[in-house]
Amino acid sequence: MKGNEAVAHAAVRYGVDGYFGYPITPQSEILETLEELMPWETTGMVVLQAESEIAAINMVYGGAATGKACMTSSSSPGVSLKQEGISYIAAGQLPALIINCMRGGPGLGTIQPSQADYFQATKGGGHGDYHLIVLAPASVQEMADFVGLGFDLAFKYRNPVMMLADGVVGQMMEKVVLPPFRPRRTDEEIAAQCPWAVTGRPESRKPNILTTLELDPVVMEQNNIRLQQTYSLISANEVRFEEHCTEDCDYLIVAFGCVARICQKAMEEARAEGLKVGILRPITLWPFPTEEVKRLSKQVKSILVVELNAGQMIEDVRLSLDEQVPVHHYGRMGGIVMDPSDVLDAIRNIIEK
Amino acid sequence: MKEEIIIAGFGGQGVLSMGKILAYAALMDGLEVTWMPAYGPEQRGGTANVTVILSDAPISSPVLNSYDTAVILNQQSLDKFEKKIKPGGTLIYDPYSIHHAPTRTDINIYPVDAMEATFQLPSSKAYNMVLLGALLKVRPLLPVEAVMKGLRKTLPERHHHLLPINKEAILKGMELPKI
Repeated sequence: MKGNEAVAHAAVRYGVDGYFGYPITPQSEILETLEELMPWETTGMVVLQAESEIAAINMVYGGAATGKACMTSSSSPGVSLKQEGISYIAAGQLPALIINCMRGGPGLGTIQPSQADYFQATKGGGHGDYHLIVLAPASVQEMADFVGLGFDLAFKYRNPVMMLADGVVGQMMEKVVLPPFRPRRTDEEIAAQCPWAVTGRPESRKPNILTTLELDPVVMEQNNIRLQQTYSLISANEVRFEEHCTEDCDYLIVAFGCVARICQKAMEEARAEGLKVGILRPITLWPFPTEEVKRLSKQVKSILVVELNAGQMIEDVRLSLDEQVPVHHYGRMGGIVMDPSDVLDAIRNIIEK
Repeated sequence: MKEEIIIAGFGGQGVLSMGKILAYAALMDGLEVTWMPAYGPEQRGGTANVTVILSDAPISSPVLNSYDTAVILNQQSLDKFEKKIKPGGTLIYDPYSIHHAPTRTDINIYPVDAMEATFQLPSSKAYNMVLLGALLKVRPLLPVEAVMKGLRKTLPERHHHLLPINKEAILKGMELPKI
């Protein structure tokens, strides 16, 4: 099945309580598949096409405040519209899953694949000092798996998670093993897992108040410090990445999502020519695998960052280094996807330099 | 075993669904598959193409620059993909909408009169299945029964009464290539 379809199936199987979305290519199959699955008749999951992206993210905000597992999905221009709501969800320390199936921008752009929202996803996106946990799937299997992983992390840290996919993984079909069904949590389970949730106060406890407004800057700074402590914890515990042939590599490619797979084929061809190329694929874009880049930089002659943008993740690669290693970039923009031979040419170019 | 295939033609000719049936059939036959469409407005009227990879090992890139086999349904697609077939590879095309025949001499070329053959079938919608039959004859990647399983999986149940027509079309297609 398609990556987008896998997301829908995984959401129902995980026991998600609510999906709120608005159609936009290349991710409309998520909403379409959920409508087909009609989970409201089986698990009781709510699936709603909102009147806009902004309405959808604020429905997620409201649902998340009650401790429910809520998600939304969109593509680049639609995710821009959601940024205010995302900032509020982060400020409210609420768990939620947001999926961005990226397309070429800026503006309304194109519907073809892109990775140009890396900055937006990893550096905040909305206003204020906040971070999302950002997961970058490279296969249909990971599109399915990261729904569950995303919610697990979101609830563990009370922090919104973004799955930063792209038109390639969303639209392609491949083999996928769907996660097993698990029931949605009961109200009692939610009350036990989320003592902060606003669920209607029983007489036995004090009211829970969730607000992102705090006019007293002294208190607001404390709120920020609490957020930063959470981010430190996430950075220490949740860095995820995958490596291919890095043990003996002279040249390191850093690439995420579908591009890492395109690079893998280029790497196979380069190795057939005797060029020792390896790949580091960050799976969490935030927190970024800084230590791993630093460790590998000590053994390689140069680093090539390959992205479907003008050079965004390359900044995090450079920030990871404390030695002078040449870092090069190869990117395509506006919905054009490079093929393996383009990457192979880029590898040859950096070797000549 | 690894086969990198491009199927290309006009939107509406069944290019994407032909690839999908092939991919499902391979999946159910135990292979790894990727199916990567040129999606969007191209699906409705313009040119459409899909890259299908079948392999007995995990597949890296779903995006390719050269192909083992191309199934070509119109001139634009022939112009675009003829040069991207690997030397020794296979080109299957329907001459019905081709004005300039392929010129390469280092690949195996099979003109298949699929459109003509489809006119003799009960349903003109089975055009893509005729071509799929031709592909399976030239490149016996999967048994016909596996493809029928893939078809049963991809076709909504309300259309299952069309399965025999599709099988007829596949078998018809298998008679066409001159090998």
